[in-house]
Amino acid sequence: MKPFAYHQPDQIADAAKLLTSIEDSKLVAGGMTLIPTLKQRLASPVALVDLTRLGDLSGITDGGDTVTIGAMTPHALVAASKLLQTKIPGLAALASMIGDPAVRSRGTIGGSVANNDPAADYPAGVLGLGATIITSTREIAADKFFLGLFETALEPSEIITAIRFPVPTKAGYAKFKAPASRYALVGVFVAKFADGVRVAVTGAGSGVFRVAPMEAALSGNFDASAIAAIKIDADGLTSDIHAEADYRAHLVTVMAKRAVGAALS
Amino acid sequence: MQISFILNGRPTTVDVEPATLVAELLRERLSLTGTHIGCDTSQCGACVVHLNGLPVKSCTLLAPALMGATLLTIEGLQGAPGSNRMHPMQEAFREHHGLQCGFCTPGMLMTAVALAAEKPNLTEADVRHGLEGNICRCTGYQNIVVSVMAGAAAMNAGNGE
Amino acid sequence: MANVIGIGASPKRKEDQRFLTGRGNYVSDIKRPGLAAGVFVRSPHGHAVLRGVDKVAALAAPGVIAVLTGDDVADDGLGSLPCGWGISDAKGVPMKEPPFPMLAQDKVRFVGDMVAFVIAETPEQANAAAELLTVDYEVLPSVVGVLEAIRPGAPQLFKDVPNNICCDWELGDKSAVETAFRKAAHVAKLSLVNNRLIGNPMEPRAAIAEYEPGTDRFTLWTTSQFPHVVRFLMGALVLNIPQHKLRVVAPDVGGGFGVKQFHYGEEAVITWAAKRVMRPIKWVASRSEGYVSDRHGRDHVTEAELALDETGKFLAFRVNTLANMGGYLSTFGPNIPTNLYGPLLGGVYTTPAIYCNVKVVFTNTVPVDAYRGAGRPEATFVLERIVDVAASEMGIDRVEIRRRNMIPREAYPYQTPVLVQYDSGDPMGCLDGALVAADVRNFGIRKAASASKGKFRGLGYSTYVEACGLAPSRFAGRLGARGGLYESATVRVHPTGQVTVMIGTHNHGQGHETTFAQIVSEKLGVSFENVDIVFGDTDRVQFGMGTYGSRSLVVGGAALSRATDKVVAKGKKIAAHLLEAAEVDIQFEAGRFSVAGTDRTKTFEEIAGAAYVPHDYPLEVLEPGLEEQAYYDPVNFTYPGGCHIAEVEVDPETGTVTLVNYTAVDDVGTVINPMIVEGQLHGGIVQGVGQALFENAVYDESSGQLLSGSLMDYCMPRADHMPMMTVATHSTLCTHTPMGVKGCGEVGTIGSPAAVINAVVDALSHLGVTHVDMPATPNRIWRLLQNASLPVAAE
Repeated sequence: MKPFAYHQPDQIADAAKLLTSIEDSKLVAGGMTLIPTLKQRLASPVALVDLTRLGDLSGITDGGDTVTIGAMTPHALVAASKLLQTKIPGLAALASMIGDPAVRSRGTIGGSVANNDPAADYPAGVLGLGATIITSTREIAADKFFLGLFETALEPSEIITAIRFPVPTKAGYAKFKAPASRYALVGVFVAKFADGVRVAVTGAGSGVFRVAPMEAALSGNFDASAIAAIKIDADGLTSDIHAEADYRAHLVTVMAKRAVGAALS
Repeated sequence: MQISFILNGRPTTVDVEPATLVAELLRERLSLTGTHIGCDTSQCGACVVHLNGLPVKSCTLLAPALMGATLLTIEGLQGAPGSNRMHPMQEAFREHHGLQCGFCTPGMLMTAVALAAEKPNLTEADVRHGLEGNICRCTGYQNIVVSVMAGAAAMNAGNGE
Repeated sequence: MANVIGIGASPKRKEDQRFLTGRGNYVSDIKRPGLAAGVFVRSPHGHAVLRGVDKVAALAAPGVIAVLTGDDVADDGLGSLPCGWGISDAKGVPMKEPPFPMLAQDKVRFVGDMVAFVIAETPEQANAAAELLTVDYEVLPSVVGVLEAIRPGAPQLFKDVPNNICCDWELGDKSAVETAFRKAAHVAKLSLVNNRLIGNPMEPRAAIAEYEPGTDRFTLWTTSQFPHVVRFLMGALVLNIPQHKLRVVAPDVGGGFGVKQFHYGEEAVITWAAKRVMRPIKWVASRSEGYVSDRHGRDHVTEAELALDETGKFLAFRVNTLANMGGYLSTFGPNIPTNLYGPLLGGVYTTPAIYCNVKVVFTNTVPVDAYRGAGRPEATFVLERIVDVAASEMGIDRVEIRRRNMIPREAYPYQTPVLVQYDSGDPMGCLDGALVAADVRNFGIRKAASASKGKFRGLGYSTYVEACGLAPSRFAGRLGARGGLYESATVRVHPTGQVTVMIGTHNHGQGHETTFAQIVSEKLGVSFENVDIVFGDTDRVQFGMGTYGSRSLVVGGAALSRATDKVVAKGKKIAAHLLEAAEVDIQFEAGRFSVAGTDRTKTFEEIAGAAYVPHDYPLEVLEPGLEEQAYYDPVNFTYPGGCHIAEVEVDPETGTVTLVNYTAVDDVGTVINPMIVEGQLHGGIVQGVGQALFENAVYDESSGQLLSGSLMDYCMPRADHMPMMTVATHSTLCTHTPMGVKGCGEVGTIGSPAAVINAVVDALSHLGVTHVDMPATPNRIWRLLQNASLPVAAE
């Protein structure tokens, strides 16, 4: 690693100020993506701004028809949350499938969502549930947040503080793990609300995306059979040594069916 | 920067560059070489330690994260405090031949102890899933799984006393 | 009474205490005063002319001590990395053996080829300086696959190696095979790929080198399976360091699997550099660095044909293989796909005529060498796959066709048509045992249960034999070995009767400290805890060839057994004197020397004491002391084998193959420690399962980049990939090793890939699938199912 300065502000405003005032500074939450990048010398920020000292950013709160998860909440806490297991079990299940136990101890929801890795799990949950990303300056709807490969709507000095999830009638996540990395080769989150169904896919393309035909079909009939015949266009999907694009396209349908199954179980 | 933490039960203060991984700090500065580095992509789990009681990969942890924390490494794992006996999980690995070359073993043990502490009645599937972040090339995992189940049972029997 | 823990017992391992408590001593754990850090700069190109290296900026960087390149190597007149085997083609023409410089000169030939060594005060400074090195490459087209490499017009790696062919090797009676094929009632054909693997011991390679000017001695600590061989190859052939001035230490080593049984350029560079800069230097590979520098394994493309008569008897077997050597010849490279491959093509069958041609080919990839099994898994895979293909085509049950062709137990010793003579074995017994253990009788019920869930279940067999216990030196010499393959052991009995053994094999997970202590405990009647095993240090151990080829117990254990015999023989002489009896009347049993037919005895400790305090001692005829050494050179290979049965379930929706049951019944000869043997079988099997289902080293065809270059992309088996395995032994004794042992380190890896793939093909056979290449990934299976004749299956 190349050397860097280290800041541990205890106020959000201070953290934002550091980000603006130090060119080439980076936020670090759990560090599950940033630290490997630093180790491989692929990034060399001048300073890191560590968010762990900001109180209040970790925790899960019940808002009745919403659940809000603090940005610094580690995956393990989300997976084990009784509140989520009752209200949005699909999201708790998603968290339990991220990485491995050690990653779940450290990795945070805010870090994962801000990073927007095309194969990360949380973006599917956030987009699939139509959550709201709460930042140091504003609130952003999930539909406007994820902008493609590692790109989000966040401004350079903007910091995610929490994510607010509406409580669905039913929701489920199905993940086909890349056997080596354990990231999602394809992951599909399905959520049913009173006014319709949302389907979000991660792993398959350059960023998380929704599948309108599946949403329409499931809104009419929330059953796996409703989408069994819906095929996804392989154009634009990822092809690599683990999975070709048409196979990923096929897996989207399979995982969507299984996500519906999980939601109904 | 100066960092104070509890290392294997002892208050410890070190002066380190922030750009120091906890695994490096342990191995190079503190001569605790039981924590191993088996990869550079946070996949293998040979470096797992307990940070405030939770399993973490010390190769993916910056030294400043230790400030005020409690850190347990393989060198601090033991049976009843003050005794010279090994931890029940270590005993189980020996009893059931849960190690061969020994390189992945410290990380396996630390993960296993955390797993058993988190869930009292582990099934074989729980153990196999719980070890997904720890790679072993020697044992084929079979005796590790047997060891973890036996060690977890012994830990829970011990807690019940 | 002595606590004798001998042959057949399963004491807990002596080595475990230090590993369980974090007190192992691996190379990367070692610190030396004034230690500097070394970093290798490696080629990012698969193939390029190396026009020059500009060191100026790197040398000026903070903390930099030196930057060394191929020019410095040439200036110092150092040798090329040697190849330990020289094979020849059918006409006796020796293989092409281009030099393998320890730092590249003129050209780079694979991504990872070493270009420079940067030495600085800290690893961080060395890494920073390495980034400042300017290397001028003229990039050339790369060729990574064997089929492409031998095509006219392919990029040529070496000027004097036309078509990149290192050697066109053959074995067997070509015309007898052709005759048999003309008479065949059926010919089964199979084209297959044996996928390239990366060994991935969990401890990455590392080295520390130090030069002491006061004594003019070098010490190299290295992650090696054979420190004495490194001392010989590096000292005598590369760096011109006299053997007595070079100490090589391989302390605790975190797994090897073959990857650490070669003499690597890094070892030579760091040792040479330590004297140039007069500082101890440490280098520790990262995992990703290991991926482009640890020798790879397998990588064959094969066409095979099996001729059968109308009853399914094998008449002849013909195999043509292209074997990838990578960019240079590694220590054992050309030996693996030839001598360790062709002679195994007889398998456990009575096939009377076999012919094998192997073209050994250079490509722009990491050099390929031995990886657990080395040649024998490849041979077993070809043979056991084509047996299934033949059975299917002829409508004969897969078990039945094996039985019809198996060598019966009473036919041993059995001379094959491909050099080797099996001394003992009982493949039918292993098969029968495995059929019961795997509950094959009720497979139909399980298959139906899977079908009711929409899954396809399959069963696969592999009945196989391998050759290990490397190796009879005279035989190996005829095949091209440039060294001996014996082993040595010294048994040092201390004045108080405890024993230290110095042995030339190397323990890196196999439990030698325990198994060898059991042999000594049994043979000398001393307490198990009173025996320590020393290995891995050329200053402490007399000599040794190291650990590979399942040889440690077979060859090293035999040397140890012989050395204990010599201790007993000397002890008898001492006892005869002390007990005033004739030497022929002295018996040794259970740790006591006694005069036959009397109650006059001396304990082992008393004899040891007398040997070191020779007040009452036959000094006229016998030297004091009680320490004996033996070298053992085997008379033949040993031939472990067995029957593996894999059971898989395929999810046709995703193409995922799940291994649901695995049964192995293996003949490994005498079992010294059943617990350790079982562990070796488990680990070996899972490495073979890894090859069959998960592992694949993939190169980009045009750039020569390794695409599976980290643990994120190269899939290692994990705990949740495996079911509980059932392993058992069905042993016949080796007739020529002192204890009847055959070796068990590699059998699992040799038998398992074919069993797994045969099971996958079986699961999909109703869809017309006849072969699946490894690894059987979900994407590959899904693709096969897309192309399969689904309507036929529905009938």
